[in-house]
Amino acid sequence: MTEVKLQNITARKVGKTVLENVNLNLKDGEMVAIVGPNGAGKTSLLEVTLGLLPVTTGSVQINRQNLSHLTPLALAQQVAYLPQTRPMAWPLRVFDTVALGRFAWGGPAGKLSITDISIVNEALRACEIEHLKERQTDQLSGGELARVHFARTLAGQTPILIADEPANALDPKHQLQIMSLLRRYATAGKSVLIVMHDLSLAARYADRLIWLKNGQMIADGTPRETLTSRQLEQIFEVDAEVTWKNDMPVILPTTQQQSSTRSPEA
Amino acid sequence: MTDLTDRQLLGIMGGIALLSIVCACMIGSTPMSVSRMISALLMTGSAGDIIVLWEIRLPRALAAFLVGAALAISGASLQGLLRNPLAEPGVLGVSASASLGATLTLFYGLATFSPIVPVFAAISGAVVATAFLAFAAFHNASMTTLILIGVGVSSFAGGLMALLLNLAPNPFSLAELISWTLGSVANRSHADILMVLPFIVIGLALILSIRRNLSALSLGENTAQSLGVNLRRTRLFVIIGTGLMTGASVAIAGAIGFVGIVAPHLVRPLVHYDPARIIWPSAMLGGTMLVLADIGVRLIPTNAELRLGVVAALIGAPLFIWIAANLRRTHD
Repeated sequence: MTEVKLQNITARKVGKTVLENVNLNLKDGEMVAIVGPNGAGKTSLLEVTLGLLPVTTGSVQINRQNLSHLTPLALAQQVAYLPQTRPMAWPLRVFDTVALGRFAWGGPAGKLSITDISIVNEALRACEIEHLKERQTDQLSGGELARVHFARTLAGQTPILIADEPANALDPKHQLQIMSLLRRYATAGKSVLIVMHDLSLAARYADRLIWLKNGQMIADGTPRETLTSRQLEQIFEVDAEVTWKNDMPVILPTTQQQSSTRSPEA
Repeated sequence: MTDLTDRQLLGIMGGIALLSIVCACMIGSTPMSVSRMISALLMTGSAGDIIVLWEIRLPRALAAFLVGAALAISGASLQGLLRNPLAEPGVLGVSASASLGATLTLFYGLATFSPIVPVFAAISGAVVATAFLAFAAFHNASMTTLILIGVGVSSFAGGLMALLLNLAPNPFSLAELISWTLGSVANRSHADILMVLPFIVIGLALILSIRRNLSALSLGENTAQSLGVNLRRTRLFVIIGTGLMTGASVAIAGAIGFVGIVAPHLVRPLVHYDPARIIWPSAMLGGTMLVLADIGVRLIPTNAELRLGVVAALIGAPLFIWIAANLRRTHD
């Protein structure tokens, strides 16, 4: 059984506390979205889960194994990661970029097994970019490139998928496509942890929303329970109306409140 | 353009490299025909031909090829690690630091203990400079800053070399010191090659062992780590690997610049810009380039024989400017 467990996590970045006593539990078949204002610590929480940001206190467990006991390759076989910023140092071919998702399964440079090739092609098809596979990445639009990176994450076929703003830079059609793919990933029994700024999309597709502010977890619950006018007021300092239509939230911000809380640290 | 497989590309480039070495064996003050060269190669030709081929031309051509290949591999792997197409041992001051290490041993007479002393000193200079640059690169993401630090390292090593030249005790020491700064493979023997070969082989093995990681690093350090790359080991292997290869190259031929930037740059489109697949073709092209440059050195009529490092710089520097001027915006 796949499980991600973060207990009493406190972490610091450049001398500032970015997460304070945060707990998180992610189970098989679950899709959880982390939401909150800029600088709330959302990306830091993902980085801690991946071991990219060391914790000051607390523990991270993947499948009941302490993160620090896992080798980079063993961790990569469990967790695929789509970061928020996606640099491309060289204009690799689309196929080669997506094939990097199979990195943790070895094979010499430039050589993939038949299984790997079929998995990469499957990921390209799922993201509707199969026709681009011979192109260099510097010949793609922003949206196409975003789907290439997402396909690379899918090609990992890991039990856990972590994505930071997966729907960024995408038009509405492809936003829905990516979110549906993530939902299907979770429905297939895998675990999905994402950071989202679009609350409507997050609430529509995720099983749970984790609300962060100033590095602290404010709420953790289903979208119906936690996506409320009161929550938006507390977290984002905006007055907003929240209504639900066929299990889909409609959020209508009305006014911005006077800032009264301390400035974000991350 | 029809895609070549890695094996086909390597076969073609290896063939061209071999041809260049054959040409280097045939061309010289006394031209040698193919039949004479084959006879000499099989030790059945005249004693003069056998000596010219086995003791002069072949070791010189092999030294040029080895140095060119080692510098090109160093450049390709540094570019992969630092994700910067301008990273190269010469540009970043690694070669100058290696030269400084070697010349220090000459200046203080330490080279008289054993011919291996300057080799170790050159390798130490290269490793220290590479480690310093890598440390700077990992603490400052700006590519421009890295190149500027490299220019600083190069200038500082150059300044210290100038100081040694300035303080040289006699004209013989001065001439010996100058020869390190100009770069040459003239009069190299098989023994010289065998002395540095183990370092180049170890450096190559280190770099080949992490070359897949260089492909993953194309997506940035965080993504590479999440893909399973051991970042610390990758950095260490590239730093030590390029240090060993550049240091060994400088130990046998002095400072020769720009091969490490030009060869990978020309090969990159042929391997779809994949940093892992660039290593071997870069080695073949870098080696071929220096063998051809060394043939040019022998053919250009001048009073004193031109130095290989001088010719490499005269061809390489304009190419470096052209590459830098045409860099994609993403590297800004």
